[in-house]
Amino acid sequence: MTALHRKLFRDLWRLKGQALAIAVVIASGVMTLILSVTTVEALSRSQQRFYASHHFAELFADVKRAPLGRLERVQAIEGVNLVEPTVRAPVRLTVDGFDDPVRGLLISLPDGRQPMLNRLQLLRGSLPEAGRDDQAVVSDAFADAHGLDPGDRLEAIIDGRLTRLTISGIALSPEHLYQAAPTDLMPDYRRYAILWMNQRALANAYGMEGAFNRIALTLQAGADRDDVIDALDLELARYGGTGAQTRHDQQSHRFIEEELAQQRAQATILPTIFLVVSAFLLNVLMGRIIQTQREQIAVLKAFGYGDGELARHFAQLAGLIVLLGWALGVGLGAWAATGLAGLYAEYFRFPEMTFRVPAWALALSLLVVVLSALAGTWRAVWRAVGRPPAEAMRPPAPQRFRRSWLERSIPAPLLGVEGRIILRHLARHPAKAGLSVAGIALSCGLLMMGAYQLSAVDRMLDLQYRLVLRMDVELTFNEATPLRAVGELHHQPGVLAVEAWRRVPATLIHGHREYRTSLLGMDERPRLRQLLDAGQRPQSLPREGLVMTRHLAEILGARVGDTLEVAIMEGHRQRVALPLAAVVDEPIGVGAYLQRDALNALMREGPAISGAWLLVDPERTHDLNAALRDMPRVAAIGLLADAESGIRDYMDETLMVFALVFVALAASIAFGVVYNNARIAFAERARELATLQVLGYHRAEVARILLGEIALITLLAIPLGWAIGIGFSVLLSQAFSSDLIRIPLVLTPRAFGIAAAGVLAASLVVALLVIRRLGRLDMIRVLKAVE
Amino acid sequence: MDAGREVVFATRGLTRLYRMGEVSIQALQGVDLELYRGELIVMLGASGSGKSTLLNIMGGLDLASEGTVRYIDRDQRDQDLTHASRRELTRFRRQHVGFVFQFYNLISSLTARENVAIVTDIARDPMTPEAALGLVGLEGRLDHFPSQLSGGEQQRVAIARAIAKRPDVLLCDEPTGALDFRTGIRVLEVLEEINRTIGTTVAIITHNEVIGEMADRVIRLRDGRVDEIRANAERRPAAELRW
Repeated sequence: MTALHRKLFRDLWRLKGQALAIAVVIASGVMTLILSVTTVEALSRSQQRFYASHHFAELFADVKRAPLGRLERVQAIEGVNLVEPTVRAPVRLTVDGFDDPVRGLLISLPDGRQPMLNRLQLLRGSLPEAGRDDQAVVSDAFADAHGLDPGDRLEAIIDGRLTRLTISGIALSPEHLYQAAPTDLMPDYRRYAILWMNQRALANAYGMEGAFNRIALTLQAGADRDDVIDALDLELARYGGTGAQTRHDQQSHRFIEEELAQQRAQATILPTIFLVVSAFLLNVLMGRIIQTQREQIAVLKAFGYGDGELARHFAQLAGLIVLLGWALGVGLGAWAATGLAGLYAEYFRFPEMTFRVPAWALALSLLVVVLSALAGTWRAVWRAVGRPPAEAMRPPAPQRFRRSWLERSIPAPLLGVEGRIILRHLARHPAKAGLSVAGIALSCGLLMMGAYQLSAVDRMLDLQYRLVLRMDVELTFNEATPLRAVGELHHQPGVLAVEAWRRVPATLIHGHREYRTSLLGMDERPRLRQLLDAGQRPQSLPREGLVMTRHLAEILGARVGDTLEVAIMEGHRQRVALPLAAVVDEPIGVGAYLQRDALNALMREGPAISGAWLLVDPERTHDLNAALRDMPRVAAIGLLADAESGIRDYMDETLMVFALVFVALAASIAFGVVYNNARIAFAERARELATLQVLGYHRAEVARILLGEIALITLLAIPLGWAIGIGFSVLLSQAFSSDLIRIPLVLTPRAFGIAAAGVLAASLVVALLVIRRLGRLDMIRVLKAVE
Repeated sequence: MDAGREVVFATRGLTRLYRMGEVSIQALQGVDLELYRGELIVMLGASGSGKSTLLNIMGGLDLASEGTVRYIDRDQRDQDLTHASRRELTRFRRQHVGFVFQFYNLISSLTARENVAIVTDIARDPMTPEAALGLVGLEGRLDHFPSQLSGGEQQRVAIARAIAKRPDVLLCDEPTGALDFRTGIRVLEVLEEINRTIGTTVAIITHNEVIGEMADRVIRLRDGRVDEIRANAERRPAAELRW
């Protein structure tokens, strides 16, 4: 090891505080990237593997009832590979010791064997034995939530008839990785179950003998999917087909894709912001550290060290710090990704999660941090070696100070000596001060972005559950039901208000764009499910035309007044033209609304309803549940409070964890930047500060100069940081916008507060460290030191 | 004059203009000078007389504004320092010159031994750091950091660092300037011994007239010009100097 190498390690040790702070900045940037991409990769790969190994179908079509004999016709469609018919039936369950209503979906299995498509991954137990009509496989999430095991019993009401089922096995299915009830956004594993029974048993119970009501299929390689869909729709139309769906419209897949898309957006935007910020800071900080070594560089040059050798030496110094930070970031990122993907895995129920930190992410992050560190180092080294060594060793010429306009505008007595020194110093080095302000402002902006995420998610849920969805219970009927059912509901225990709704699947078409969703028919002035304008004022439904969420209108490229083509996917399957009458602002979902009577008129039906919303006396929920359970036509009972707490738990455990991690990282960056700024300011001013102490200034008075400068820079940085934070938040809210949720751009005072408080807290800690250091300042040594 | 002696440095019309903040300083105003191999030169002059500037330019630490400096090595190779590239200047410093500064300029993170090693690592035919430190009487303090050494010891480390590469020329800028009398004498003794035993050309800058008595020649500078060159008939041993 040469003496220069020893110097390298000793310098690194001497600079350990600053080096560590820089390493933290780098680690934060790298960690965001590694964490984000590793999570996304793990989820994405697990999904792909599960789909492939369990033959997840590519097309799905629901029909009312089609004879199994028609399968040959479907199989004959050009491009179709495998076909799997099933019977699916809504079911209501009773679990021992659990009072709340439980909904479920029963799916048929070929008697005693695995289906060809959407095969089950049996975790425990076995498939129902061939010929048995009392055995069922249940979804693992539901089994976990209730502690169910093979051999346990359930009571099921299928089509109004009570059936006792014994659990034969616990399984996962690629079709129901994400297990939310059709009307729910979030899974509620205690109150929603997926079950599989033998085909014959289920068909008997549900009146589907010799028939199916859902078909899944895969395509041959090279088949034209749209052609197959058209042929399939044509084939199934007469059996009440509602139109074939691709995976994109399949609920479970759709949700996971949305979630992954959001993760990907996050994995792009957040690490980009973090890496760019930390690269910038790294560049500035390395530059400054090298600058404090100006004299050493001159001495080494005097003894014949060449520019290249010196540049290499300092590049090694920077490189070691960078590598430390990078390794820290990779390690922490991979570790956090394991934890986070574990959380996601619980929601998605992937059978296995495999982690691999993508090599490109390692390489990219290393490249970014190394290049930015070297750029900063090189700039400073070049400046130092560019001059003849004699000049570098000479004390710098007294800098040109003058009174700034700012100083002139403040009366001298108010400013004092300390104030003057501070102001002149900042005015003398506007670029340096500017970089310090920019650095702190960027970290302040990062903090604000993190805080924005925390508040925005809360705000979004408040909006959805306090203002949009105001019902306590959502009832779904087996099938379209006469309006008079409402009267019956009014008489149930604890029911305070009832509002009926009608839902019909439909495809909305505008120009060449189309979107598959459902039309929701409601009262003219829905009170239990409000429609809000941009100012969050409740709106009435117009007599004619459609109302839709702003997001859906944007997807369709439709503006108010445009005419949309609506293809109804149920009943007579009419195509009608409807004007877009208004848009509403809802943070969740992609809904289209119209008056219920208008919808029924479109359907050429009488006043039918698909379900009802109830407002309930909380004291009597229990009685109501019991009463509703005895109503045969009620297929599903959704409790909004459960749904809300479900989604809040989910957000708390995933998005919020992410957001908190980022707030913590932003705070570390803020600390790293403020600390380094202060240390460098200290090093640059040590002589001046020692001189003042020699002249009889108290330590506190001397500290005021240094701390005053830190405080002034911090205070200048905060408003700028807010502005940057708003920019980052806009970027993030756009990146986050998906069909499923839109995170509103709400900048709460709390976000501004967190951003400012984070930076101020970092400054305070740094101030304390500086005071401590000032106490150890050896006046004589500093004054006698080389200059 | 001195026709029989080998020239090491020759300057012609050497001029150096500085800009210090808002003022410009004419540090050298046409210096013509020759230094001979193996001699011990003392350059005297008040603050601002240009002696440090002259030394820095000869040592390749600084560049002249006008005029020429030539360096002639032992193999009679003649090098024009005024028009040398940075790379050539670096090689020149690495191979031929040793510096001693008033404030030592040791690297505080390295021990005495390592401060010398920083030079021996890159020199062509160096002494060992231990030998160099032995020459200045510091064999017992090899592993001390600069902060653990007295001023005189630090300056001796600096001298050891300067001589370890066996330079042709040793340029010393106020080597005793920061030292007390006794320590200063000790440092001068070391320089004298190196000049005598190794034959290194030594140039010492000082504003202390007494030190001139130990030199072969004394060069006095004033306002950036050579004011006087005086040859001593006899060199007085450093140990006998008093101030």
